[in-house]
Amino acid sequence: MIEVILAEGAEHSPIIPVWQEMVVGTVAFAVLCFVLMKFVFPQMEKTFKARVDAIEGGIKRAETAQAEANQLLEQYKAQLAEARTEAARIRDEARADAEGIRQDVLAKAREESDRIIAAGNEQLTAQREAIVRELRSEVGTLAVDLASKIVGEALADEARTRGTVERFIADLDTAGQR
Amino acid sequence: MTGQSIVLAADVPFPPSVEDFYLPSILPWGAHDNYWFTKITLLVWVTVALLIVFFLAAYRKPQLVPTKRQWIAESVYGFVRNNVAVDMIGPAGVRFAPYLTTLFMFILLNNFWGIVPFVQMSPNSHIAFPAVLAVISYVMFIYVGIRHHGFFKYFKHALIPPAPWFILPLLIPIELFSNFIVRPFSLAVRLFANMFAGHMLLLVFTLGGFAMISANAWLAPVSVLSWALTIALTMLEFLVICLQAYVFTVLTASYVQGALADEH
Repeated sequence: MIEVILAEGAEHSPIIPVWQEMVVGTVAFAVLCFVLMKFVFPQMEKTFKARVDAIEGGIKRAETAQAEANQLLEQYKAQLAEARTEAARIRDEARADAEGIRQDVLAKAREESDRIIAAGNEQLTAQREAIVRELRSEVGTLAVDLASKIVGEALADEARTRGTVERFIADLDTAGQR
Repeated sequence: MTGQSIVLAADVPFPPSVEDFYLPSILPWGAHDNYWFTKITLLVWVTVALLIVFFLAAYRKPQLVPTKRQWIAESVYGFVRNNVAVDMIGPAGVRFAPYLTTLFMFILLNNFWGIVPFVQMSPNSHIAFPAVLAVISYVMFIYVGIRHHGFFKYFKHALIPPAPWFILPLLIPIELFSNFIVRPFSLAVRLFANMFAGHMLLLVFTLGGFAMISANAWLAPVSVLSWALTIALTMLEFLVICLQAYVFTVLTASYVQGALADEH
C-alpha cells in the first residue's frame, strides 16, 4: 500500500493548500482584478452616471418646456382678454360715435328746416306788407275815383272826404286782418 | 483506498478518495507531483480568460441604451453593486463594488466548472484558491479598518465591545478569535468544503452506479437510479454554486462594513 502511494506521488490532504496552486490563483485573480477593475467597472459607473444625467436632463428639459408652454398659454389668454376688452371698447365707441353723428345730423336738419321756415315766413311777411302797401294806395285812389264818379262832382268838403276815405281804409284794414 | 477499489471492482475505483481531486498534471504530461499546469490551474486560467473577454467585449463601446451583452454585464455589476455592496456597506460601498463583483464572478465561474459536463471539477474544491481569496478579504477588511479609524483605534473598536468592564476579559479573547482568527478560515473552508463535497457526491453516485453494475448485473436498476440521482444532485450543486459565490461575496462585504462601522 505504502509503496503504491509513493509510486503515485505523495498522499494529499484536502485542507493543506498546494502552494503552486496558491501562486497560480493569486496571479490569475490579480490579472482578472486588474483588467476588470481598471477597464470595465469604472466605465460602467460612468455609463450609469451618464444614464442618470440623461434621464434627469430629459426630465428637466420637459419641465422647462412645460413651463414655457404654460407661460405662453397665460400670455395668449391675457392677449385674448385684452383684445376682447379692446373690441368691446371699440364697439362702444363706435356706438357712441354713431349716436353723436345721428344727433348732429338731426340737429342740423332741424336747424335747416327752422331756417327755411323762418326765411319763408319772412318772405311771406314782406310780400304781404308790400301787397298791403300797394293795395292801400291803390284802394285809396280807386275809392276816390269811384266816389268822384258816383258823386259826379268834386266833393265840397275836402275834410269830410278825407275822413270818409280814412274810415274806409280802416275798415278795410280790419277786414284784411281778420 | 486503492486496495478497496481493487476488491470491489476490477476497473472502477470505488469509493472515490481525496486522490481523485489530484489529477495528473497536463504539462509535463502525467506527472503526479507537478502542480503548475493541471486541469485545475487550466480551469482557473480559462475562467479568468472568459471573464476578461466577456466583460471587455461587452463593454468595449458602452452605450446609453445598452446592447444585450452590455445589459448582461451591467446587470451582474449592478446586482453586486446594489444588492451586496450598497446594501451591506451603504453609500460608501460603491467603491468596493468593482472588487466584490470581480470576486463574485471569479468564484461563481470557478464553482460552475463543477457541473459543466466533461469538466465536472471545480478549482474551488482545492483549498488553495478559496484560501487565496479569503486571505485577500482578510487583509482587505483589516486594511480598510485601519485606513478608516487609524491603527489603534481600529483594533480598540474591533476588539473592545461596549460592555461592562468585568465582562471584557471574557469578550476580548472571543472578539479576537472570531474577528481575526476564525474569519479567514471559515471563509475559505466554507467555500472549499461545499465544492469538495459537491464533487465528492457526484463522484460517489456516478462511480457507485458503475461499481454496482460491474459487481452484479442484477443491480443495474439501482445503478440507473444512482445516475438519475447524479443528475438531480447536479441541480442541487447548481444551487450551492450560486449560493456559495453569493455568500463569500456577502461575507466579505459584511467584514468590510464591520471595519468601516463607527459603532458596534
